[in-house]
Parts: sequence; C-alpha cells; structure tokens
Amino acid sequence: MLAAWPSSAGEDEYALTIGASGGTRILVLPALFDEANKLRHFTVEVMRQLERAGIASVLPDLPGCNESRAPLAYQSIETWREAATDAASFFGVTHVLTLRGGALVAPFRLPVLRYAPATGSSILRAMVRARMISSKEAGIEENREALLELGRHQGLELAGYRLGPRMIRELETAEPADGAALTNIAQGDLGGAGLWLRAEPDHDPSQADALAALVVAELLA
Amino acid sequence: MCMSSEPVSMGEFSETDLILREVLRDVLGLSPERVEAFTLDTGLFGHLPELDSMAVAGLLTEIEDRLHIIIEDDEVDGEMLESYGALLGFVETKRRGG
Repeated sequence: MLAAWPSSAGEDEYALTIGASGGTRILVLPALFDEANKLRHFTVEVMRQLERAGIASVLPDLPGCNESRAPLAYQSIETWREAATDAASFFGVTHVLTLRGGALVAPFRLPVLRYAPATGSSILRAMVRARMISSKEAGIEENREALLELGRHQGLELAGYRLGPRMIRELETAEPADGAALTNIAQGDLGGAGLWLRAEPDHDPSQADALAALVVAELLA
Repeated sequence: MCMSSEPVSMGEFSETDLILREVLRDVLGLSPERVEAFTLDTGLFGHLPELDSMAVAGLLTEIEDRLHIIIEDDEVDGEMLESYGALLGFVETKRRGG
C-alpha cells in the first residue's frame, strides 16, 4: 500500500509499504535514475518475497523521483541520504537494503545490505556517455570534461534527468558508505546478468527470489 | 599431457565474439539462440529501437568491464555501432591493443 512520510526537505513523499509493521522492517533504497526504472519490477517483487518470509519493507520515493513534487534539480546524494534517514525514522525500520546506487544514499546508523553497489562515478560516467552518444546522433560533438565542468557549476541534463550542480559534484566522488554495512550481495550470487543492464525494463522472478532468500538468510544469521 | 590443460574449443566463435554475444544477450534480454544467430551484418544501433543512448552507454561500459578494455569517448560513433560486425571488429582491434 501507499503511505506518506514527511521529508525534512519540506514536502511529504510517498512510499510503497508491504507487510505489517511491528517486527523486522526493511527500508529499500532503489537504484538511481535510469536504473531505478529498469529495476522497479524486480525491487517490488523482492519486497513481496520478503513479506512471504514475514519481513515487512518500505520503498520510499526519493525527493524529485516518481510521485515527488520536489524538483530533482535541487536534490543531491546528501539530500537523498537525509530523506532516507527521515523515512527510516518515520517507518521505524530495523535494516536497510540498497540496490545499486541506492547504496550511496543509505542512512549511516542502520545495518545495511547492499545489492550490487555502484559508485557515483560509474553512474555519472554512464549518464555522460549516454548524453554524448545522443548528442552525436544529433550532429553535436560534446567533450566529457567540458560537460562535467559546466555541470559542476550549472548542473546538467543527463539521459533525461535534470541534475543540479551539487548532484554532479557529489556523484563524482560518492562511494557506498561502509559505516554500518552488514554485507554486500553480488550479482553473481543471484545468477544471470543484472537487470539494470537491460535496454528496456524486464523482470526475472528467479533473481528476485534469490535476492530475497539471501536477505532473509542474512537477517536470520 | 593433462587433457584439462588443453585450450577449450570455441567452435566457430572467437573468445571476444563469444563474450560480446553474451553482453548483447544480457543487454537485449535475448535467448542464447537468437544471439547466436547474429551475423556480422545484423544491425544494432538504429535498427533495434530498444537500444537507446542510455542502453548503448550501458552496453559499452559492460563491454569494457568484461573484455578489460577502455573505450574512449571519441571512438564511439554511429559507424562502430551500426552492425554486429562493426562492433566486433572495433572490440577485436582494441583487444589487440589497437
């Protein structure tokens, strides 16, 4: 079901909640940007599988994404971490599960399970490359360094996402924080190739089952 | 001589060819049979509507990771992505250090 939660950025945001509160409850931090769309079905299916094992979970909209009214251009890795921390506290979660770039915005004080964590620089590199490819198709030659320099000061539209200067600067150096990391789950542990690679959103129920089983095993360990 | 140290036969495909087909299978979500049926003339960017710029960027990054090469920005152009044969030729040249 959908629940609203107050983000300190000023607006209420929505979250998808699955399972009853009161016991173990996991904050699920989605992959970022384009990868969030590619992994949406997979992410929600993992949550459904967790519910079958008696584990509740919450998938918040990061400010500027999905149903959020906050402008994406004002967001950065740090504003998303603050929002994730707000959501964790509001929903009383006990653990965090991050997918890909979601690892970059995890709250510092909760145990975190990270699925295929990605660095900010690798996410940014792919998005800048996508922009350069589509510009080239339109007959415009762009230079990576010049684009990044512009982005650091004025922000940049990358792959359809309007990113502000803070986001660009923070992505350049963002690493998954390992403060409270419980474990990393690699794609190889699930079998098959990561669904974020797909040209179009796709689903693989066996991968969702595998990730949910690994999360359950980790929490019961 | 120990048989297990013999090189594994790659059949008609080179190692680069096999890995490149695997990457395309994973990106396009195709069955192994369909990717095996790719010929050098099979069209890629511009022929496959699902292969937009973000997907191509992901494809190139994955090729870099799995084949241990670096593809420079100015090497990426429509010609290299036009067909399977063009992409394979580019990657093979890269792997030889070209």
